[in-house]
Amino acid sequence: MIEKTAISIPTEGAMGKTGTWRVFKPILNKEKCVRCWRCWVFCPDLAISRGDYPVIDYEYCKGCGICANECPTNAIKMEREEK
Amino acid sequence: MIVVDTGNHIAALAAKMAKPHVIAAYPITPQTTVVERLAQYVESGELNSEFIRVESEHSAMTACIGAAAVGARTFTATSSHGLLLMHEMLHWAALARLPIVMVNVNRAIGPGWNIWSDLNDSMAQRDTGWIQFYASSNQEIFDNVIQAYKIGEDERIRLPVMICYDGFILSHTSMPVEVPKQEEIDDFLNEYKSTWQLDINNPITHGNIVPPEPYLEIRYSMEKAMKEAKKVIEEVGEEFGRKFGREYRLVEEYRCDDADYVIVTMSALAAEAKIAVDRLRDKGNRIGLIKLRTYRPFPHEYLKYDKMIVIDRAFSPGLGGIIYSEMEMDGKEVYGFIAGLGGVDINYKDIEKMYEYAKKGKDGWYGIEVK
Repeated sequence: MIEKTAISIPTEGAMGKTGTWRVFKPILNKEKCVRCWRCWVFCPDLAISRGDYPVIDYEYCKGCGICANECPTNAIKMEREEK
Repeated sequence: MIVVDTGNHIAALAAKMAKPHVIAAYPITPQTTVVERLAQYVESGELNSEFIRVESEHSAMTACIGAAAVGARTFTATSSHGLLLMHEMLHWAALARLPIVMVNVNRAIGPGWNIWSDLNDSMAQRDTGWIQFYASSNQEIFDNVIQAYKIGEDERIRLPVMICYDGFILSHTSMPVEVPKQEEIDDFLNEYKSTWQLDINNPITHGNIVPPEPYLEIRYSMEKAMKEAKKVIEEVGEEFGRKFGREYRLVEEYRCDDADYVIVTMSALAAEAKIAVDRLRDKGNRIGLIKLRTYRPFPHEYLKYDKMIVIDRAFSPGLGGIIYSEMEMDGKEVYGFIAGLGGVDINYKDIEKMYEYAKKGKDGWYGIEVK
C-alpha cells in the first residue's frame, strides 16, 4: 500500500504496553472470589484471562477499575500503584 | 453520440456511465437535477447502483465514505451550503484516501440568500485534500467526471476528486456533448481495487488513534500524492485524448505563444475570456489565456508569464482574490480582479474592460473599485 492512512490491525500491544498508563492497580483476593467471571466478561482490554481464578495481565491492564466495580463479592480492590 | 442536455444531466449521465456501486446524495439548488436524474436511472434499472437517500449532505458524504471503505466506487453531488455542511467529512474522505467522486455546482454562500454562481463554496475546501477540477462547458463536465475516477483511483493517488461547475450558467444550460459508447468508457476505466477495506473476514480498525510522528507521515503521504497527481492528471488526460479525441492537461493554454498579457481564470469565466482574447487579438492586442483546469493541485508551473491578469469569482476576506493570492509574483506584473460574485454577469466585454484597466495599471473589485 502506497498511501498512508489510519489503519490498525488488531494485534496484542498495537498501542504499546498500556499497563504503564495505570494509576490504580486491581488486586484480586482469592478468598473472596467466587469465580463468577464477571471481571473477565467486563474487562474492556481483554487483560483478564481464565485460570483457576481470574489472571490479571498487568502489562496491558490500564487500571480502569471496571472489574472491581463489577465484582459482586468485592474481591478486587484498586490500590494506588507504587512507582 | 451527440447529446444535448444541461450540465446537471450531463454530470448524471457521466456518473451513470462510470457505474458507481453506491450513490448517496441530498438535493440542493442548483444541483437538484443531478440527484433526480440519477435516482431515475436507478429506479428504471438503467443503473445498477445502491441509491442511499440521506437526511443531510454531511450524511451523504459519510455514506460515501462508508461505502468506499468497503471498496465500493461511489458518487455524490452537492452545492454551496451543502458542501459546507460536508466540510468535516471532506477531510475524512481525503485522509482516509478514499477516491470518492463528487460534483459541486458552484453557488454563492448566504446570507444574503443567493443561488447563483460564485466559486467561494468549493475554493474554501482547498485544504481538505480533494483534487478539484473546474469545467467551462458541459463537455468538460462529462470528460472530467470520467477522468476523475481514473485519477482518484490510481494507486499512486487514492484521493477524492471534486468536479466543480457554475450554477445555472452550466448546470441549467443545454449544450451539445459528445458522449462515448458505454464499452469505450468501460475500457477506459479500470476496475477499482481498493488497497485497504473494511472486511469482516479480515478485521481492521480505520480512524484509530495515531501518535504524532505517524500522523506527520500520513499528511506527508497526502502531499506526495497531490504532487504526483499533476503527472497522473496529464497522463490520464493524454490517454483520454487518444481514445476520445479531446486531450486534457492541468491547464488549457490559449493563444499564449507571443502574448504580452495572459489572462488567468477558470470555470465559465474562462469560456468568456476565450471570446475576449479572440476579439482583442482581432484588434491587434497580443493577449492569451491560461484556463486553470485544476485548482488543486495548483498548476504553478504554467503561470510563468511576465504580465498576467487574474480574474477571481471568489475571494478570501482580508487577503483578496483567491487564485490571485496564490500566484508566485516575483518579478512579474500581476493584476487581480474580483468579479461576478453571487452570479453578477461577467461576459467577454467585461473581460476586455479588465484588460484595458490592467494596461493602465489598475485592478481591484470589478463593478465597485473599477467600473
